[in-house]
Amino acid sequence: MSSAAALSWFARHEIRLAWREWLAMIAGSRGKRKRAIIALIVFVAIMHLPAYAVIGRFADLQAPLGKPELIVITATIFLAWALMLSQAIESVTRVFYARADLDLIMSSPANLANVFSVRIAAIALSVTGMALLLSTPFVDVLVIGGGIRWLSTFGVVVAIGLTAAAVAIAITVALFRLIGPSRTRLVAQIVAAIIGAGFVIALQVAAILSYGTLSRFAVLTSDAAAAYAPALDSPLWWPARAAIGDGMVLSWLMAGGLVLLGAVMAVFSPRFADTVVSVAATARSVRRGARATAFRGGSRQQALRAKEFLLLRRDPWLLSQSLMQLLYLVPPALMLWRSFSESSTAIVLITPVIVMAAGQLAGGLAWLTISGEDAADLVATAPLQPSRVTRAKVEVVLIAIGAIFAPLIAALAFASVTQAIVTALGVIVATVSAAAIQFWFRVQAKRSQFRRRQTSSRPATFAEAFCSIGWAATAALALTIPIAAVISGAMTAAILAATWKISPRRG
Amino acid sequence: MQSDVSALEVRGLTKRFDRPAVDALDLTVRAGEFYALLGPNGAGKTTTLRMVAGLLRPDAGSVSILGIDALADPVAAKQIMAWVSDEPMIYDKLTPLEYLEFVAGLWGIDPAVSGPSAQQLLVSLGLEPHLHERCEGFSKGMRQKVALAGALVHDPRLIILDEPLTGLDALSARHVKGLLQDRVRAGCTVIMTTHILEVAERMADRIGVIAAGRLVAEGTLTELRQQNGRNDTSLEDMFIALVNTEAAAA
Repeated sequence: MSSAAALSWFARHEIRLAWREWLAMIAGSRGKRKRAIIALIVFVAIMHLPAYAVIGRFADLQAPLGKPELIVITATIFLAWALMLSQAIESVTRVFYARADLDLIMSSPANLANVFSVRIAAIALSVTGMALLLSTPFVDVLVIGGGIRWLSTFGVVVAIGLTAAAVAIAITVALFRLIGPSRTRLVAQIVAAIIGAGFVIALQVAAILSYGTLSRFAVLTSDAAAAYAPALDSPLWWPARAAIGDGMVLSWLMAGGLVLLGAVMAVFSPRFADTVVSVAATARSVRRGARATAFRGGSRQQALRAKEFLLLRRDPWLLSQSLMQLLYLVPPALMLWRSFSESSTAIVLITPVIVMAAGQLAGGLAWLTISGEDAADLVATAPLQPSRVTRAKVEVVLIAIGAIFAPLIAALAFASVTQAIVTALGVIVATVSAAAIQFWFRVQAKRSQFRRRQTSSRPATFAEAFCSIGWAATAALALTIPIAAVISGAMTAAILAATWKISPRRG
Repeated sequence: MQSDVSALEVRGLTKRFDRPAVDALDLTVRAGEFYALLGPNGAGKTTTLRMVAGLLRPDAGSVSILGIDALADPVAAKQIMAWVSDEPMIYDKLTPLEYLEFVAGLWGIDPAVSGPSAQQLLVSLGLEPHLHERCEGFSKGMRQKVALAGALVHDPRLIILDEPLTGLDALSARHVKGLLQDRVRAGCTVIMTTHILEVAERMADRIGVIAAGRLVAEGTLTELRQQNGRNDTSLEDMFIALVNTEAAAA
């Protein structure tokens, strides 16, 4: 086999692997893939509605654009880029650490620089492919409303996808050199997790601090933003100009993306092998634990609870994944702080945000404690009733949620006791619902599979999301239109009952 | 140290998946004996032991552990039993000592008793230099030793081990075998599956051979040889002959 043929063969292999990993992520198991693809198509079709609601009004935009429009489009593209960067960093760390084929590749007589170049290209392709898929409803809305010129947005997506992959590889390798291989995975994954959310939250925080609103557009379209923005001919606006149909700028952007990716491939591919060898050499890093006495004395349930808390505390990546939802609490917390001085009615908005965050966080924690048991046989053979084991694990979820949300609710009580009571009830109901759903749909899994928990059971994932949203809406309505809260609460309870009805653990 | 009391009594134990995995199995293991359960891959050894350990619910049959009905009172049965699987399941983020303290906590053992015992167990298994290291960097052999120490820390009266020597080096395997023999000498009962027939031949008081979910031969090595009609044959030859006979009959 010639060198070119071997590379092409390896590229096909990489694409097939990426496709199967992606399908596994979406569908969970092989048998459900056809249904998952159909569901994905339906999902993309449905996404046209929210896409229209969000960006339908921008379809008529024509060049030349003013600064406010350029800022909004550029910020939106930057957000998409940040999310793609986050996904790309995650992919790179997976290639370094999680692929089981590295030993095989490293021991083969293949040219490793070429092989890793293909692998970098595959990362760029998968990141860009996913972004193209998710951007399709938005571009469709713009094309239907504003004409075929908006198709150039796909080109912008490709250009920023290539750039995001290139930057992700550079960041990961730089982290590797700065902090060493053993910490890179953790830091890279945390960076990947917060990078996308960080931008949205930063905008919301700016909006709250400046204008007392949760709307991000308030900052972007403000005079202050326009005053600080660079001149209209700045390259900063190129992505926005390319998106509205400037073909020349689009060509430059795509060429820039390709050159950047090519440069990264040329610089880093030959060093990938060294990096992988270093990772393997330090895989057995020794972490010493403080002499814990967490399990000494107390009941058997206390031992279980102590174990859960200790494992959570010692796994910063898992903790960061679970607590990601809490980042979204920063804007409402700021809103609360502002409302003390300005008695804004917008404070009501905090209740659904808190309730929803509690539901989501409880779902993640409940999965970790109930399903994510690394020593399932040990716990199953321990002399405890299964109900007591479950109770101890659910208690961990309740204690954690209580510790996180109690201070916020206590602060809320200073502004409105009624609202604090409603919020507390909402948090409790959302937490119990999420824990119950995880209990009904529990499957034995490793904690390290946390990232894939949402693909293990589609009904559980959707039920958890719908219940969180439902209880959040119910709590908000209880404060504004109580009769509507009764209806909303009944509907959410019905969803929960239906979930129980279809759950494998019923009875 | 053997007695007539049964450590394990299994009657009509049955489990079906897509086909019968365990087929109306009768099995008796006396207290204080070292019992080796042999069989080809897929014979039903692990399924049988998982049902005994309470990890799988049988479709039919009964399981009695030292006189306790394990299906009616699983908590009481589990209190005096330990299970070690071939795939050591421990917590990466705990140190071996912490893992053993957790196990002792689950079994309700007084920390004053379990603490020194845990330390002693880990030292005897050659894990002294790693007592305070998290298990995440351990090799499979080291993990297996931690899991085994976890099974012994609550001083069980019946230890069930599924391929416990997999992945262990020669020295570690000798440590483990020595530890198990010490336990048997102290009156504990050990039931172990293994594919290493030499281990069964050298360590077991009695050997059971299971095929297609049924016990096809059982006895001491001498009794098995007598059943086979040749006194000079090795356990390996007998095992292959038995399994081939069963396969032909099926």
